[in-house]
Amino acid sequence: MTESHQGWPLYEVFIRARAGLDHKHVGSIHAADPAMAVEHARDVYTRRGEGVSIWVVPAAAITASDPDEAGALFEPARDKVYRHPTFYDIPDQIETL
Amino acid sequence: MYTQGLDQAGYDTGYAQDDAALAQRFQARVDAEDKIEPKDWMPDAYRRTLVRQIAQHAHSEIVGMLPEGNWITRAPSLRRKAILIAKVQDEGGHGAYLYSAAETLGVARETLVDQLLSGAAKYSSIFNYPTLTWADAGAIGWLVDGAAIMNQIPLCRCSYGPYARAMVRICREESFHQRQGYELMLALCRGTEAQKNMAQGALNRWWWPAVMMFGPSDRDSKHTTQSQRWKIKRFTNDELRQKFVDFTVPQAEFLGLTIPDPELRFDADTGHYEHGPIDWSEFDAVVKGNGPCNRERLAARRTAHEEGRWVREAAAAHAAKQALRRAAEAR
Repeated sequence: MTESHQGWPLYEVFIRARAGLDHKHVGSIHAADPAMAVEHARDVYTRRGEGVSIWVVPAAAITASDPDEAGALFEPARDKVYRHPTFYDIPDQIETL
Repeated sequence: MYTQGLDQAGYDTGYAQDDAALAQRFQARVDAEDKIEPKDWMPDAYRRTLVRQIAQHAHSEIVGMLPEGNWITRAPSLRRKAILIAKVQDEGGHGAYLYSAAETLGVARETLVDQLLSGAAKYSSIFNYPTLTWADAGAIGWLVDGAAIMNQIPLCRCSYGPYARAMVRICREESFHQRQGYELMLALCRGTEAQKNMAQGALNRWWWPAVMMFGPSDRDSKHTTQSQRWKIKRFTNDELRQKFVDFTVPQAEFLGLTIPDPELRFDADTGHYEHGPIDWSEFDAVVKGNGPCNRERLAARRTAHEEGRWVREAAAAHAAKQALRRAAEAR
């Protein structure tokens, strides 16, 4: 998360485990440039066939939500229970709904 | 284990400077087994403890490459050489995972590396012992990685998310390390008399240092209580040490080797092995920098760092040049 003061910049690493799955965040890596970041990510995060595709993103380019505002951001979704299928009462004999 | 330096030093753990309400809410989250993430509020002492613990752990992985690296060129077969290279590479990778986890707490990678190279930071005492014979490569995998696994499995549930996630990845890879070491010992023990003697010699030299890896006895460890309250640490040093001894003694018996502890005995009432007294003066000497290889290990890391300098500088110069070229093309 921190930009290192004198060394190589930090990249966040995302890996697709296999075709059909999303890229998932696995950690971070320092590298001089994006091409080197991909190579280092390969060596550090995929020594046992953990992936078929790598994304690297400069850590400084990520904008994240503030945990202190998590309430304001996410609370509004919590009381809308009618957005979930389990909210609706359907008689037992209706089996295919 | 990797926190031996923490166990030793007197260390402030108070909440004095932090807002009591925030601290209370933090502790409630930890108590509820909620994970703490990098941008969440945390007490300064929690952050400092984690930075030190994770950094010591990372340094241990990096320095831990040296004792076994010593045998790569002399591994007795291509199979063993390939295994050893993979294991040493894993340790470098584990160091990288852990440095990344430490960096999420706001400390720069260069600062951590500088602390290792200047001798200001600690790493596990075990890596200051020499690897005198090929059997040492087996004894390290079996005993040292075995002890490390005991310590690391509970760390997968550590309250700090990035550390816990790094530990999950490390534990997945660590099992290979222990198994290849035991298999190596087994091959020696099934070999000639001289090979079996070499295996016994390695066990004789590595047993007590491995037992000491868990750090000072609970009676002398100042750090356990606060770390346990924060759920950074789940078990005490002595609990983990006991578990290690209980697991390892039958493994040594299967190999036909003798644990170098005349007082070791099985207590049928408790179901545990009781070991003889530990020579803590040796442990203290090694932690304070006077083990057999402390100077050699640090010298090797400094040399590697210096000899890699031109590579780092060339890569940075290349990246700067490429960035300039891209900027010029974009105009």
